[in-house]
Amino acid sequence: MDLVDKVQSGSIRGIARTISLIENNSPQKEDIIDELYPHTGNAMVWGITGPPGAGKSTLVDCLVKRERKQGRRVAVIAIDPSSPYSGGAILGDRVRMQKHSTDEGVYIRSMASRGHLGGLSVATGDAVKILDAAGYETIIIETIGVGQTEVEIIELCDIVLLVLVPGMGDEIQAMKAGVMEVGDIFVINKKDRDGADRLKTEVEYVLGIKNALTGEKPNPVLLASSKLDEGIDELVEAIHDYLKKAQATGRFEEKRRVRIEKEVHKIFSSKVHELLNIHLDIENNLGEWISSILNGETAPYKLIKSKLNRFVKENEII
Amino acid sequence: MAKAVRILVAKPGLDGHDRGAKYIARALKDAGYEVIYTGIRQTPESIVVTAIQEDVDFVGLSLLSGAHNELFPKVVELLREKDASDIIVFGGGVIPTEDIPFLKEKGIEAVFTQGTPIKEITDFIEKRLEK
Repeated sequence: MDLVDKVQSGSIRGIARTISLIENNSPQKEDIIDELYPHTGNAMVWGITGPPGAGKSTLVDCLVKRERKQGRRVAVIAIDPSSPYSGGAILGDRVRMQKHSTDEGVYIRSMASRGHLGGLSVATGDAVKILDAAGYETIIIETIGVGQTEVEIIELCDIVLLVLVPGMGDEIQAMKAGVMEVGDIFVINKKDRDGADRLKTEVEYVLGIKNALTGEKPNPVLLASSKLDEGIDELVEAIHDYLKKAQATGRFEEKRRVRIEKEVHKIFSSKVHELLNIHLDIENNLGEWISSILNGETAPYKLIKSKLNRFVKENEII
Repeated sequence: MAKAVRILVAKPGLDGHDRGAKYIARALKDAGYEVIYTGIRQTPESIVVTAIQEDVDFVGLSLLSGAHNELFPKVVELLREKDASDIIVFGGGVIPTEDIPFLKEKGIEAVFTQGTPIKEITDFIEKRLEK
């Protein structure tokens, strides 16, 4: 049985192996994904993001528990950062989720960011497709602990939960562009702590300003404690509610369209890059190019333009 | 991208002394490996499922309670049952020297006791990867 069949039959080893092949950028990668592609699109993809230590993993644990109660098969992809020095990583999100480890309806995979900067790893999008094709109904992606700009999660998910905790700054922080804009639902976690109510009011205030501008309904802001398992039922209800409404209004389809658009752009760029890398033999010529810039013969833009022009002419593209 | 080496560092048994496991996890990260850490009090069953889901190359077991003669071989046995005997198992912790031959016979490929320099462990990993 080849890997594609194994994935579709739900073999855990098959799924795990295939994700590794994708992560390691194996030459089989493109064929595998294309073969699985017609079997994707059935799963609901939830993104969980927020700063380090906000309680994302513990929250995921609670969400998995609720989805399992509803009888849905759940897969989790949890991303942690790779070391910029050694390339190694400590993938520790599972610590909070290990009670699901022997539940056959749950698959958990830890991924290292491997130098990628958007809060995910390069392989996350394809890993979602593998899990989707394997029949998992709910796929939860937990990003690395994010700062203000890691917003790539919106490109992969049907819904994004932004997890915040008290004590991280005033409402001006909440007004800023970036991560604060990507939440479909805002979760104020660790609600038993001082300042949780105030943070909720501040986030609602900021969202109120945004909604006054756009005319949209305000996003839900919910208090929760994943450690004490409080407020989670309300949160899960809000998630399903949001997804239902998004499907009814067409927002859901629109998001998925945008997702494919971004993906096509990404593949196009990387393929063009790959192609030109080979044709211009950048590996062997780069040293010479740098020298010609250093000794003042040419300038960076001019150099690249002339190389590209020559490539186009030689290949009679125009 | 070259294939990343993935290692599960797991603590079976009931003791909560995780300093050694955490030390090893950190050292392996610094050596460039992707280390999956799952915390204390894991059953052999959950360790084996985790190893398979995470598609690791190695499982490193740490135990200080004295139950290594039961729990370490159990992990190897379950991996075999699940058709995952290609995953290499090593162990460490407070292990009496006289128990080591038994553990090796049961399929634990290396046992590192207290005071082992990290280099010995990374050398083992590298050597085993070459095979």
